[in-house]
Amino acid sequence: MSDATTLPRMLRHNAQTMAERPALREKNLGIWQTYSWARYYQEVGDFALGLAAHGFRRGDKLSVIGDNRPRLYWAQLAAQCLGGVAVPVYQDSIAAELVYVLDHAEISIIVAEDQEQVDKILSLKDELPGLKLVVYDDPRGMRHYEEPSLKSFDEVRGAGRDFAASHPGHLESEIDKGAPEDLALLNYTSGTTGHPKGVMLSHANLITSAAAYAAAEDIRPSDELLCYLPMAWIGDSLFSIVLNLLVGFTCNCPERPETVQRDLRELGPTIGFAPPRIWESMLSSVRVRATDSTPLKRKMFDFFQRLAERAEPLKGEGKPLPPLTRLGLAFGEILVYGPLRDQLGLGRARWFYTGGAPLGADTYRFFRSIGINVKQVWGATELSGLATLQPDGEANPDTVGRVLAGIELRIAEDGEVLIRSPAVCLGYYKQPETTRDTFGEDGWYRTGDSGFFDQRGHLVIIDRAKDVGKLSDGTPFAPQFIENKLKFSPFIGEAVAFGDGRPFVAAIIAIDLTTSGNWAERHNLAYTSFQDLSAKPEVRELIREEIRKCNASLPAASRISRFMLLNKEFDADDNEITRTRKIRRPFVAEKYAAVVEALYNTARQVELSTEITYEDGRKATLNSTIAVDDVEEARQPAREPAYA
Amino acid sequence: MRAELVSGNSKVSTGAADETHLAISGVSKHFGGVRAVDSVSLLVRRGGLVSVIGPNGAGKTSLLNMISGFYRPDTGSIIFEGKDITGYRPSQVAMLGIARTFQNIALFSGMTVLDNIMLGRHVRMKAGVLSSFVYWGLAQKEEVAHRARVEELIEFLELEDLRKQPTSGLPYGLRKRVELGRALALDPTLLLLDEPMGGMNQEEKEDMARYILEVNQQWGTTVILIEHDMAVVMDISEHVTVLDRGRKIAEGSPNEVQGNPAVIHAYLGTAAERREAAE
Repeated sequence: MSDATTLPRMLRHNAQTMAERPALREKNLGIWQTYSWARYYQEVGDFALGLAAHGFRRGDKLSVIGDNRPRLYWAQLAAQCLGGVAVPVYQDSIAAELVYVLDHAEISIIVAEDQEQVDKILSLKDELPGLKLVVYDDPRGMRHYEEPSLKSFDEVRGAGRDFAASHPGHLESEIDKGAPEDLALLNYTSGTTGHPKGVMLSHANLITSAAAYAAAEDIRPSDELLCYLPMAWIGDSLFSIVLNLLVGFTCNCPERPETVQRDLRELGPTIGFAPPRIWESMLSSVRVRATDSTPLKRKMFDFFQRLAERAEPLKGEGKPLPPLTRLGLAFGEILVYGPLRDQLGLGRARWFYTGGAPLGADTYRFFRSIGINVKQVWGATELSGLATLQPDGEANPDTVGRVLAGIELRIAEDGEVLIRSPAVCLGYYKQPETTRDTFGEDGWYRTGDSGFFDQRGHLVIIDRAKDVGKLSDGTPFAPQFIENKLKFSPFIGEAVAFGDGRPFVAAIIAIDLTTSGNWAERHNLAYTSFQDLSAKPEVRELIREEIRKCNASLPAASRISRFMLLNKEFDADDNEITRTRKIRRPFVAEKYAAVVEALYNTARQVELSTEITYEDGRKATLNSTIAVDDVEEARQPAREPAYA
Repeated sequence: MRAELVSGNSKVSTGAADETHLAISGVSKHFGGVRAVDSVSLLVRRGGLVSVIGPNGAGKTSLLNMISGFYRPDTGSIIFEGKDITGYRPSQVAMLGIARTFQNIALFSGMTVLDNIMLGRHVRMKAGVLSSFVYWGLAQKEEVAHRARVEELIEFLELEDLRKQPTSGLPYGLRKRVELGRALALDPTLLLLDEPMGGMNQEEKEDMARYILEVNQQWGTTVILIEHDMAVVMDISEHVTVLDRGRKIAEGSPNEVQGNPAVIHAYLGTAAERREAAE
């Protein structure tokens, strides 16, 4: 293990020490196909030499774009074998976003999943002079492309085998040349402001981060993981590549994005990660199915769910349970909790993370109470992954857990979380100024999140530091904190809160089409589209109620006073949110300036003309009149004194 | 890795490019006094993609029914791959590698997507009742091989997430796709499609057109298409035959047919008739 200081060396090591153990699986023709570590290394080696045959040199950059496919993972390691850099990009990026990243990173070779991705890249060819080769994985529909720089994965792999014959020992010597300090991964973070930044991560960064994490968490070689989150997200690189190599567990690629739920059930992964929106959609599907089932089953589900949720706080505090409750829980385990976990595909899960955004307390309690070990984690691309983790038995929806060993974390005077660790990245690619501002001379990385430690020593994240502002009367205003509270409502999809320098808090809300639509159907409310549904007075009333509930848990001064329902969803294609679903606040404030003004004057409605971008890049304009509502009907706008 | 298997298992024609695959000459079908099809002739080359169009009641489906053996022609002959198949039973026609889909979806609604497509392979299965019952030896090997082929089709038609769903609950466009899958499960060399895009929205039509083109171009399957959507017909077919009241009134390339006065008349009537209808 001592010489396994780079990712390719770890792979070579695994291929020797556990050659026949499963490394990776994919579902092909409805059957899970397993690739052993020996096969994995063979595939990576062949493809690496194929890249070498096509002129890929040390320091060159290779990008992968597509859903989680084994070959896209292999391609990244192949580039790293040759001393190159892997640059995974979001598969749903539109052409204009893609061109920025590919150009900025000076990509010379792209490995694309299928025809859709190839078409997108070929459309940008003129803007990417450095691009030499496009490789595709799935040959479907690719027969009639006459593009000399386009090759199939098999062709490149074949070229690699020929190259191996004429250059024996080349792969080995290239792997030996690699140093831990070499740049391994260039991970573009979809920043909430401006262009994405390329975070430079070395082999050493990635490996230290993974090792610190593996030491803190119960993670075993026999574990099964379903790789379904975007490959461009650092979490996927950390788990599906680095930890996979370090620990030797098995990664499983879903058949298609649409089959994830079913694949989850088939596999029963033992560990995993799901962002809050997936937990929420699982919960709502459980509730819908419970409502639709027979009265007996429904009563049973309700009874045992209430029982478990009552028992959960006691368990959390380590108090003994009354004997009757214990008996009830034992029955519930057989009748409800066990089967439910199995149906969700979480029957074998020892732990499952949530992260990226806070998870609603109700959702969190539900999953914990049916026996799923849901834990919160927190990390950043700049840290090569995770920084804090909740140990088993200390799970809690409000904190992000304890700091991992080997990471120094302190809170600056202004509340910003600062971190120093060997896992902190080398800087932002070709952005020395931003790098200096963010990482400073002292080696402390400014995370941009503000937070504090609670009594137990758990880190609590409040908001993005730069978003925290003040209302005009001086009350501190943390928009994300309020938005997250709003988003805990199943009917609210996204929310943006305003208030910095303003007399009160107001919000733009995009409803959740599925749940709100379902609600409308149950109340015999006919609607045609998102826009139509958002404009219904009944829906506005529904959301008003939800806001009232949310207000009840907020301090009086930061309660939401006015709101409006947007006529469309916030969309990454329109630049309103990032691909990881974080609101791009400055952009939204600018785009909806007229709406924000209307929130702060007495207007009852506002004319809105929005530009929407279709998936293929075409644009269209949507015009509509949107109502602006007060949360409390009687409330007069703040600056208008109520004359008698 | 995924699509290699699909193309590897498909039947690419070995004959010359302009070899006649299906020759229909002077077939007629009368129902009582109605002449549904009146001495229609049609030549289809191997690997061709031809369309049959015409107003309602022109005899398009009747023509297809005669090819697939549902109707026995009163006169004329149908030669498939040099063999006279006039009057063959539907099962015999299917054995020869002619598959079809129906205008009104004819799936087994209680069965899953997988089972419906698997059924399409029935004519290719040889194991007897007894050995199938004990599921041993040939029967088992056969089942596995056929399932592999069906999985290729499921992948081709992008139905992975619906494998185990009963077809009854599926939206219309998806059921049409499953029906195409069942027809393709026969490994046909000639595919007869009766309004595969009827009742679909634009996106579903585009998908369906893509599947048909891929089957035709990549697998070399000959396709005869009946379709009302003129944009699709003119876009994908190489040859168009126009029927009206059982007779062939025009044929040629999409461009030739579009400009043909007889065709315009059949679809729109004469100027005088149109005025009458308007009043």
